[in-house]
Amino acid sequence: MLREFGIDDILLLLTGAKWTVLLSLIAFTGGGLLGLMVAIGRVFGPGPLKFLIECYIRAIQGTPLLGQLFLFYFGFSIFGFDVSAWVAISVAMVFFSSAFLGDSWRGCIEAIPKTQWEAADALGMSFVQKLCYVVLPQAARIAIPSTVGFMAQIVKNTSLAAVVGFVDLLRMGQLVTAATFQPLTVYLVVAFMYFAMCYPLSQWSRILERRYNATHQH
Amino acid sequence: MPLINIESIHKTFGKLEVLKGVSLDIAAGEIVVIIGRSGSGKSTLLRCINGLEKVESGKVVVDGTEVSAAKADLRALRQKIGIVFQSFNLFPHLTIEKNVTLAPRVVKKVSPDEAKKAAITALERVQIANKSGAYPSQLSGGQQQRVAIARSLAMSPKIMLFDEITSALDPELVGEVLKVLENLASEGMTMVLVTHEMGFARKVANRVVFMHEGKVWEQGAPETLFKSPKTPELAGFINSVL
Ligand SMILES: Nc1ncnc2c1ncn2[C@@H]1O[C@H](COP(=O)(O)OP(=O)(O)OP(=O)(O)O)[C@@H](O)[C@H]1O
Ligand SMILES: [Mg+2]
Repeated sequence: MLREFGIDDILLLLTGAKWTVLLSLIAFTGGGLLGLMVAIGRVFGPGPLKFLIECYIRAIQGTPLLGQLFLFYFGFSIFGFDVSAWVAISVAMVFFSSAFLGDSWRGCIEAIPKTQWEAADALGMSFVQKLCYVVLPQAARIAIPSTVGFMAQIVKNTSLAAVVGFVDLLRMGQLVTAATFQPLTVYLVVAFMYFAMCYPLSQWSRILERRYNATHQH
Repeated sequence: MPLINIESIHKTFGKLEVLKGVSLDIAAGEIVVIIGRSGSGKSTLLRCINGLEKVESGKVVVDGTEVSAAKADLRALRQKIGIVFQSFNLFPHLTIEKNVTLAPRVVKKVSPDEAKKAAITALERVQIANKSGAYPSQLSGGQQQRVAIARSLAMSPKIMLFDEITSALDPELVGEVLKVLENLASEGMTMVLVTHEMGFARKVANRVVFMHEGKVWEQGAPETLFKSPKTPELAGFINSVL
């Protein structure tokens, strides 16, 4: 039974979009926190830790996100944990994001010249003080463009979650299409909704970059 | 008891022996200028004084604390020793005022108000108080270098180390920085300076130390040292820089 595409369908799509946003937020906050630890451990940790983190990053970056989703989704149940698609996907997305952000932030931390550490050293600052007041704030500014760019990637990548039955925006688009058989209209609306989520991110990144450049004309 | 006591220190980088048994005593209030050719170990010697470089053997004692000891509390020590580098090394993400207040606030736990007052005083001493809201990149090299001096002064150090702090500056900006150094000297600050400004050395130093190939080759009062060098190496060096 086909129905006309109408306001109800838009509301359905918005429900899907809500889950997309939520999943993206989880992936980004969880991935960001874990990613910060990954970056710091990778730069300052003892040798074996650095090696382990390097393996972690390589493993995650060297396999497709889709594969990781399946791994977590089915992996949990094999080990007897009965978790929802929701949890499995969240965990997979957090790991995926942490590897990407950790690796990119590592580069930003290492880009801060040794002389900055030395200047802070000479003033008697502790390691944590040097990190928090001198190095990380500068690294954060360098990290802005790639980080915000990655946030937009995450939003789009959440659509992979549909394959394990998670009803995000794209999956909801498929369901609505099946009910209305108006793929063009539906997917245009879906595309617009993705755009509405990602565009502000890229604008925000541009604003931050400009503000940063205004005080740093080296 | 001298304020700084350096006893036959050795320092190597890989296979390169940079300091080959350097001994030097510096009294409180003394102004010592270190001169010498590039690579003679001047910067390394300076950096050993506040523990930025570890020595392999020998002893460095500053104000009763052994810097070279394995368990030396370098953080406490560095609060007493300011160092200014050739390349300023200001914190680019912080305003001038925050550059100067950061260490007093986080290291000495001074209240924000007090830190701000100390910063204003320090910035006045280097004659740059009107720039406190600017960022380092908005300042000229000479201004940045004076802020770097103020940043050290705000910690109320007993000793100031300066490593070729005018070498990276345009010639017309050198004067303003030397002026600040002269003022500091006249206030009785203990200062150790590496510099190529021979005129300044003559005018301000109590003692000039000539380093050559990792050793203190010759030292003495500026007049005698410059007028009648005892070694051909110093004579040659003086000729090459004058
Ligand atoms: N961190 C380091 N690693 C390896 N070699 C170093 C290091 N620091 C200094 N050296 C070497 O030690 C020697 C002495 O260096 P130092 O910087 O003390 O000389 P300098 O007298 O200050 O010279 P300049 O006038 O060029 O500044 C040089 O040959 C330099 O290349
Ligand atoms: Mg040097």
